Amino acid sequence: MVRAHSMEKCCCQSKRNTVSQNSFCKKIKNTDFYLLILLPALILFFNACHSVEKKDHVIDFWAMGVEAQHLGELVTVFEQENPELHVRVQAIPWSAAHEKLLTAYAGNSTPDLCQLGNTWIPEFVILNAIEPLDALLKTSADIDTAQYFSGIWATNEIDGTLYGIPWYVDTRLLFYRKDIFEELGHSTAPTTWDDLFDLSLKIQNEGKTEYAFYLPLNGWHEIVAMAMQNGSTLLKDNNSYGDFDAPEFQNALRFFLKLYEHQLCPLGMNAISNLYQSFADDYFAIYISGPWNLGEFQKRLPEFMQAKWTVAPMPSFAGEYPGISTAGGSSIVMFKNSENKAAAWKLIEFLSRPEIQTRFYQLSGDLPANTSAWNILGLHQNERTEVFFQQLHHVKPTPRIPEWEQIALKIQQHVEAMVYGDITPEEVGSRLNIEVNRLLEKRRWLLERERM
Amino acid sequence: MKFKWQNYNAAYLFLSPAMTAIFIFFFLPVLAALVMSFTDFDIYSLGDISRARFVGFSNYIDLFKNPLFWKALGNTGYFVLVGVPLSILISMLAAMALNSKMLRFKPFFRLTFFLPVVTTLVAVAVIWRYIYQARFGLLNYLLSFVGINPVDWLGNPRWAMLALIIMAVWKGFGYNMIIFVAGLQNIPETLYEAARLDGANGWQEFRNVTLPMLAQTTGFITITTLIGYCQFFAEPYVMTDGGPLNSTLSIVLMMYKEGFKFWRMGYSAAIAFILFGIILIITLIQLRIQKHHEI
Repeated sequence: MVRAHSMEKCCCQSKRNTVSQNSFCKKIKNTDFYLLILLPALILFFNACHSVEKKDHVIDFWAMGVEAQHLGELVTVFEQENPELHVRVQAIPWSAAHEKLLTAYAGNSTPDLCQLGNTWIPEFVILNAIEPLDALLKTSADIDTAQYFSGIWATNEIDGTLYGIPWYVDTRLLFYRKDIFEELGHSTAPTTWDDLFDLSLKIQNEGKTEYAFYLPLNGWHEIVAMAMQNGSTLLKDNNSYGDFDAPEFQNALRFFLKLYEHQLCPLGMNAISNLYQSFADDYFAIYISGPWNLGEFQKRLPEFMQAKWTVAPMPSFAGEYPGISTAGGSSIVMFKNSENKAAAWKLIEFLSRPEIQTRFYQLSGDLPANTSAWNILGLHQNERTEVFFQQLHHVKPTPRIPEWEQIALKIQQHVEAMVYGDITPEEVGSRLNIEVNRLLEKRRWLLERERM
Repeated sequence: MKFKWQNYNAAYLFLSPAMTAIFIFFFLPVLAALVMSFTDFDIYSLGDISRARFVGFSNYIDLFKNPLFWKALGNTGYFVLVGVPLSILISMLAAMALNSKMLRFKPFFRLTFFLPVVTTLVAVAVIWRYIYQARFGLLNYLLSFVGINPVDWLGNPRWAMLALIIMAVWKGFGYNMIIFVAGLQNIPETLYEAARLDGANGWQEFRNVTLPMLAQTTGFITITTLIGYCQFFAEPYVMTDGGPLNSTLSIVLMMYKEGFKFWRMGYSAAIAFILFGIILIITLIQLRIQKHHEI
């Protein structure tokens, strides 16, 4: 927009003979300019009016990334079963999804159904944008709560009310070089972080790989999982204050820092340009990641590497094994504004059926939320997916409040600063508390108001 | 001459569509944003407006207390202070090279220099990410010939901003160059002849003919480049998302994140008005300096 102005000004400048000519030229240009803006605005306006009248047999479904790509086939089956219904799938990229959904809500143009990352659900509950599903679930013959992972299911319940049906599940655990572990006498991965730390030192000292670990600093799952394993709740007092100076969180920070102090992780290279190549090139041996990388590792690692890697559950600090990991994945939610709730629910039920979940796994590689599908697919026989199955029974949701995404970002940024040596773990704790408490001021005010 | 309303009726009539559009699509939103900057409008308020409060200047006060805001301000300042002079210098040099009689294949060079301007930034960003790649990137490969150790351009907080400046200057200098070329072509050849008759050498010609004659153009380019660079957003948005360690977080990127990612609209509006104030002040200073020089 700055450019448009400069063009016009420049043309005036070259013929600045008289003042009047100069300003005349400017006026014409301005009028044109704003008419040009007005015209598309009008077109958009009339279009918007037009699209309001929607037929009640259409279900609008917004999905993201890979999921959107693979929905087509399933939707066709659904439409064959229900010839009176028509499903319109709209693909939105993950990176823009959050903004787009909020804007859609503000503009009153939400779809009937949407795929929602389960950490986002609290936000949309606060907005009063999504429909409680308890009543629908009670009468449903297709969806059986017992078939779902309880930790994942919990992420969909906000203050005791259900708002989403898990669609696929996601958690983080260890991906590692089996061959290297075995050479060093470990037929299975260590069960505690301390043992894993010792093994990492050994890997590096013997020059097996350049770095033992690869822990990208642009995420928060690793540190949050470690903290939750230590018993940290991250927030306290009904999630209205930060609790980052508590010993549970501090210990996790210190362990995280130790990995960097011993130079077990490459520092700075936030974007290893090719993760798979680096893994195959002995650049690192251990990586914490999620189920999407099962498929990617199979697809992108060269043939000779395929027998050399596997996955293991999260180690823990003490006691429980597998250690706790974060409960991720996506759910399907229904928007309050939908005029087609019965039909929309039908589609949710359809997508939750074991055989449809099975097909969806085959298409997308997303781990099914419905455990019956795991049996059909024989995922228990597969060593790697079975590990995920175990881990999924040891997951915990992050605090279910709308501010979580912001808090997670702050955690990530402070941990990054700590790793770079700018601040100590204690400072991470105190600064996080200050910033998070400021962020939660509104929440405290609302809690206070509701109490009155 | 006395002002007569009737004399201007037709003019106002013709202006009215544009004025209406400006009012509805520009002044109203700006006004709304100003009001919003004094509230704590956020995700809670979006669902239920009664959850918004008037908070006076507390958004502004909070911002001044927020280290991230100062970081973003500093980053933007760094980008402007290094990027603007560099961009102007390079575009002026390129323009003079293109204008010289010695250079052959001018259209080719003009096209090459201008091409980055019309290429979409996302495409450019993809290429530059490969160039800056730490282990296999072209830039580090070239630097290795002169014995410089690999630099993690986009991953190291010390270098990331510099990397973005280089990219932004490369992408944008062609535009200013074209304006400079136009300015150079407007300088009458007779002035150079006169200078040569007076025995001026190349440097003196440049110093006493080219530069003064380009003053207008340079002033204009400085203001537009400055404003454009103050609104530095797209490069970090597509390349680094403000990282590493917020070393490439610009004011506008921070505003975008607060506003559209976290929907803290009140806070974000406050950032917008601070940026508006800063740009206004810079532009006023600029104009004052320029006026001073014209007299």
